[in-house]
Amino acid sequence: MYSPRSEASLAQSCTLQRQEKRLQKELVALIKEPPPGVVIDGESVGQSLDLLVLSINGAQGTIYEGEQFQLQFRFGPKYPFDSPEVVFIGTEIPVHPHVYSNGHICLSILTDDWSPALSIFSVCVSIISMLSSCKEKKRPPDDSMYVKTCSKNPKKTKWWYHDEEV
Amino acid sequence: MDSDEDIMYDDDYDDSGNESSGDDDVEFAMVEEPNNPKERQELDEYPYEVLTTEQILQHMNECMKEVNIVVEMPSTVIRMLLNHFRWDKEKLMERYYDGDPEKLFTEAHVASPFAKMAVPAKIAKKEHRRTGPSVEECEICLSTLPSSVMSGLECGHRFCVSCWAEYLTTKIMSEGIGQTISCAAHNCEILIDDATVMKLVPDAKVRLKYQHLITNSFVECNRLLRWCPSPDCSSVIRVQHVESRPVTCRCGHTFCFACGNNWHEPVRCTLLRKWIKKCDDDSETSNWIAANTKECPKCKATIEKDGGCNHMVCKNSHCKTEFCWVCLGPWEPHGTSWYNCNRYDEDEARAARDAQERSRAALQRYLFYCNRYMNHMQSLRLEHKHYATVKEKMEEMQQHNMSWIEVQFLKKAVDILCQCRQTLMYTYVFAYYLKKNNQSVIFEDNQRDLETATEKLSEYLERDITQENLVDIKQKVQDKYRYCDSRRRVLAEHVYEGYDKEWWEYND
Repeated sequence: MYSPRSEASLAQSCTLQRQEKRLQKELVALIKEPPPGVVIDGESVGQSLDLLVLSINGAQGTIYEGEQFQLQFRFGPKYPFDSPEVVFIGTEIPVHPHVYSNGHICLSILTDDWSPALSIFSVCVSIISMLSSCKEKKRPPDDSMYVKTCSKNPKKTKWWYHDEEV
Repeated sequence: MDSDEDIMYDDDYDDSGNESSGDDDVEFAMVEEPNNPKERQELDEYPYEVLTTEQILQHMNECMKEVNIVVEMPSTVIRMLLNHFRWDKEKLMERYYDGDPEKLFTEAHVASPFAKMAVPAKIAKKEHRRTGPSVEECEICLSTLPSSVMSGLECGHRFCVSCWAEYLTTKIMSEGIGQTISCAAHNCEILIDDATVMKLVPDAKVRLKYQHLITNSFVECNRLLRWCPSPDCSSVIRVQHVESRPVTCRCGHTFCFACGNNWHEPVRCTLLRKWIKKCDDDSETSNWIAANTKECPKCKATIEKDGGCNHMVCKNSHCKTEFCWVCLGPWEPHGTSWYNCNRYDEDEARAARDAQERSRAALQRYLFYCNRYMNHMQSLRLEHKHYATVKEKMEEMQQHNMSWIEVQFLKKAVDILCQCRQTLMYTYVFAYYLKKNNQSVIFEDNQRDLETATEKLSEYLERDITQENLVDIKQKVQDKYRYCDSRRRVLAEHVYEGYDKEWWEYND
């Protein structure tokens, strides 16, 4: 029953089911125990499995303390083998050297360094730590150019990761 | 096949007898160059082999075996290490024995084949758990599954086989990655070996694509191998050393080994690359615009003047500026002197005019060379038609009481015609970049001479052959192609001599 071949061909026929299963499990765990600073609106979650919006609170003691941002996840049919599309939405976009004013985020795990072993939880943690370690509120140097020319989908941008520490 | 290859070598020998060096291998040619030119020709052959995809795999395995005899490691580890060193065996051996092999494995992102003893604590725990009722959670699908369906590499990250299959399939099919698929865990750079990929990927199509990606990277990493660039041909040419030399694939396509373009004697790869780029990009479009249009002095709309007087009214509806075409100044001060701009000689107008003339001249110069280059290319494309008509003619002549051997001169004539056209085509690339000096004048004389003779030869070949003029025509054609062939050699030899003696100076 569990020889690799039968297991895998079974998997191919029900990739979608498996994706749903994984997302459901992720969401259940996320609602039960969200990462610190993340607020999930339980009602909006169940509506669609390929879209998730959650709120991120600026951590205490950081320059974003007291601010709240909306983070949107969009999951493609190949999730988790393909990375989710993650952007900040709404009127409040954090002013950060790696966040463009249209909400696009320059974070390597969202494209090149994505691994299917990562999750919504780990993406949230990365984004929160990215915000928390920032010392100065400013936009990326090429913000105005990028916002004018980029694709709507940040995954279509060929990102150039300048540094890892911020 | 053998006999074909023999002919191929003969052709090479003929073609490149004058060639002294390739692009990068000047030193090599210097070593090989004897004083006697005849001797040099004989030494100057360029041995190569045409390999099929299967032979490439075999060749790859041989390379790996050679290393394996010395270092004794699993073959995929060797493959990945070799790939890391772009299939330079010596470099790998040197690094392997020089220092710290473990450091080498880390650098190449290969799981150390000797590290099995030192299992990280994390796996030790899992191993331990596996001896019990043995269920594990797959971090990808988040399902709890029996350990028997979990799999992983020496790094200790384990996932269920269906997630592995999905992960590998995505990497291979969607991202086109073969050689460097790393473990699915975040931040784990350990590369997955062939055997594991083959074991975990259930779909034969995906496995085939994987194999293809591996061979491809083997060929592309290896300086001594090159895919035949002709479409649908999957052969590979293997040489002993890299040089700008013509090689002919089993499919019949002849190309330069060093750059992969069609054989481009006498121009060098670097200049040809520059030329192709120039022809492909839009620089000449912008040159045309600069040479043939002006901008509205106010709204900067581009205007081509195709007649009428110099009093211009910009058609741009929210501009409508009135200006003088000649000086581009406002129309008002021109009054009624419609056809001659009395401000013509003002400095600014003169500067603009000069700039336009310069770009017009540059464009004309480019078009001159490009046209001739394209003409010869076009004629070359008709070569198949040529061979067909000549074949017909040869049959016809055999009916006119000529033997098979007696009519072979026609085929030979077309062969030489094609060679001459090809050489001529590339002489225009060379000439475009050439600065005028005494030697360039000689080159241009050679070029003109070859061109005239080639056109003559082409003309002879198109004439009707009748019983009466047959002997006469045969003589003429033979004389002409011998002349063409010798002129082609003289031209090429002169260019190569110029490379050696640094006669040639180039524009930009």
